[in-house]
Amino acid sequence: MMGSLILRTAARFLLPLLLLFSLFMLLRGHDEPGGGFIAGLIAAVAFALYLFAFDAARTRQLLGVDPRLLLGLGLLAATVSGLPSILLGEAFFTAIWWPIDVPGFGEVKLSTPLLFDIGVYLLVLGAIMTIVLALDEAEEE
Amino acid sequence: MEPVMAIVVGALFATSIYMMLRRSIVKLVIGLILLSNAANLLIFTVGGMKRGLPPLIDEGMKMPTGGWADPLPQALILTAIVISFGVLAFAVVLIHRAYEVVQEDDLDKMRSTDT
Amino acid sequence: MNPDVALPVLIPFIAGALSLVFYRSLSVQRWIGILGTGALLVASIYLLYMTYTQGIRVMAMGEWAAPFGIVLVADLLGAIMTVLAAILGFAVAVYSLATISRDNIAYGHFPLIHLLLAGVCGAFLTGDIFNLYVWVEVLLVSSFALLILGGERAQMEGAIKYVTLNLLSSILLLVAVGLTYGMTGTLNMADLVGKLAAVENQGLVTVIAMLFLVSFGIKSAAFPLFFWLPASYHTPPVAVSALFAGLLTKVGVYALFRFFTLLFDHDVGYTHEILLWMAGFTMITGVLGAAAQYEIRRILSFHIVSQIGYMIMGLALFTPLALIGGVFYIMHHIIVKANLFLVGGVVYFLRGSYDLKQIGGLWREKPWLGLLFLVPALSLAGVPPLSGFFGKFIIIRAGIEQQSWGIVAVALVVGLLTLYSMIKIWAEAFWKAQPEAHAERAAQFTAALPTRSLVLMLMPISALALLTLFIGIGAQPVYELASAAAEQMQNPQIYVQAVLGDSQ
Repeated sequence: MMGSLILRTAARFLLPLLLLFSLFMLLRGHDEPGGGFIAGLIAAVAFALYLFAFDAARTRQLLGVDPRLLLGLGLLAATVSGLPSILLGEAFFTAIWWPIDVPGFGEVKLSTPLLFDIGVYLLVLGAIMTIVLALDEAEEE
Repeated sequence: MEPVMAIVVGALFATSIYMMLRRSIVKLVIGLILLSNAANLLIFTVGGMKRGLPPLIDEGMKMPTGGWADPLPQALILTAIVISFGVLAFAVVLIHRAYEVVQEDDLDKMRSTDT
Repeated sequence: MNPDVALPVLIPFIAGALSLVFYRSLSVQRWIGILGTGALLVASIYLLYMTYTQGIRVMAMGEWAAPFGIVLVADLLGAIMTVLAAILGFAVAVYSLATISRDNIAYGHFPLIHLLLAGVCGAFLTGDIFNLYVWVEVLLVSSFALLILGGERAQMEGAIKYVTLNLLSSILLLVAVGLTYGMTGTLNMADLVGKLAAVENQGLVTVIAMLFLVSFGIKSAAFPLFFWLPASYHTPPVAVSALFAGLLTKVGVYALFRFFTLLFDHDVGYTHEILLWMAGFTMITGVLGAAAQYEIRRILSFHIVSQIGYMIMGLALFTPLALIGGVFYIMHHIIVKANLFLVGGVVYFLRGSYDLKQIGGLWREKPWLGLLFLVPALSLAGVPPLSGFFGKFIIIRAGIEQQSWGIVAVALVVGLLTLYSMIKIWAEAFWKAQPEAHAERAAQFTAALPTRSLVLMLMPISALALLTLFIGIGAQPVYELASAAAEQMQNPQIYVQAVLGDSQ
């Protein structure tokens, strides 16, 4: 493969950093710039970098699950996040909040928009990895 | 600012259509990419361009004070960018597969399904 | 709030997501395919019932009130289209059990069908023009992927043209939406009714109307923008072709009906005159194209184009009767056209070819298949008492009342030529003897087809044929439904009142 020693070493160190940064972007997204889409892109970039440095087989192994599963789970989470509001008799996709107190940390606001964002995150990651892996595997053949 | 943007948008549309009329499928996709960018820039321009007026509401107020830039065109463009990103990723996969199957980059050689 | 409006969008999304989650198990995907589309059918019929009894159903997403938030609106036109989409989705899901190869299912046939249906239903039910663009993209992306599943050479070549022209039309739609927003400052359809009328320079409104016309004209394959359709629709597996034939172009037609009754009725003499010319040429070019073809799916593809002309003619005449005829024709056409493709698929699985020169002898061997072909075929041509006769009758009568003799003549001649094409398929595939040169291949295919698959294919075909008979023989209730829908289209104020309520 084309990966040089420098790229491989850098990819090893950058991958966890990028993934951590993507989670940070995902969670700060509700009130500040960020959110599921951009975080999903960053996570996908992390894996794509690994793909460039190594190969498709190792990237799949690192990903652990098939990207189609990520796609499905993401779509499911994003769609389901609209349902609680219907069950409570409100309009589809009305935001519902469940604040909980975590001792020693403060208040954590769980909500349906958070679930939606996580869904978008997984969806974007899954979709991009499906495409990038398919292209790369077609090249390797 | 608007006249400059209008010229840029026009140039983008013209370039993209020129690219799409070429016979190569790679140039076709480049044309599509330029076309979606031209459309986004057009929305941005017709949405009204204002400088330094973020649409933020001050603490305790119900309406933003003074002028504000319309945030909706940007939301539209963002959505359109996301969609065209997905579609164009698909288009790249498509021309790659098509090239593998047909062994040809030339649209004029892909006429077996025409009537 | 009315959750029934959101269900036809929600159910296919959840079904699609679930079948992606179970990507490993083909049988689970098949079950979700049947259950998901079945649930969609139930939900859409319930929505139609509620819309018919209680008036237009509206739901503001996330409680953001119209005109600022996105609304889902089900008026009768939208609800009828949703029911038709669900019927077709269910029929194709059953048909797919027998005809779609394991590879194609493993590559995502069922999730894509669900997402396509979600996009189609969303486009029918949204009350926001930008949101319409988003739904159109959802259904387009799914259709792109469905078109190339299998990866044969013809599919790739067809897909490149299909993708390019449809993307071009989407971008035109986006540009038109952007310009509309720049001019009026709103995207909500109900709000636009008043805002567009208040625009000072009505010439600009006409320009935007023309942009929408070109964009939806490409999507609905109207003359002179139809070339992508005959180049691509015959390439994918026949179940997919049937779904495309029934639904995709009709999204364009639906959008034309929506936009040119609700929003752009300020200059009917200009816009609808253009529509009328488009309708006439669409009919003629489609039917003449079909007459030159000798392959079942290509003949049927060209006939989609010619039938689109009748629907646009209903819209273009723009009288109450013509609109009723248009809605009636859409209902009839979606069911009949998809059914013809499905029958064509059975012919292929019995004979191993779609080429009329290579097949024959089906009437002797399988007379019931001949009958199942004749019902939709004669209905398409407009033979009484089948559904197509009443559709054509209403539209042509509206044309006579308007004294538009030219278009009436075209519609009548095109009906005759449609009959010619259908008789051609009948005579070649069913009536004449099987050509000797290809008899061996045909016998192999017939022998290789398991009875279970045949039954699975015939179930949706028979159900759709019965529906055709029902629309024809029981035309009165269907006519009343169509006329109620047309009445809502004639009076945009009903729609505006339902969406904006008392804030107007």
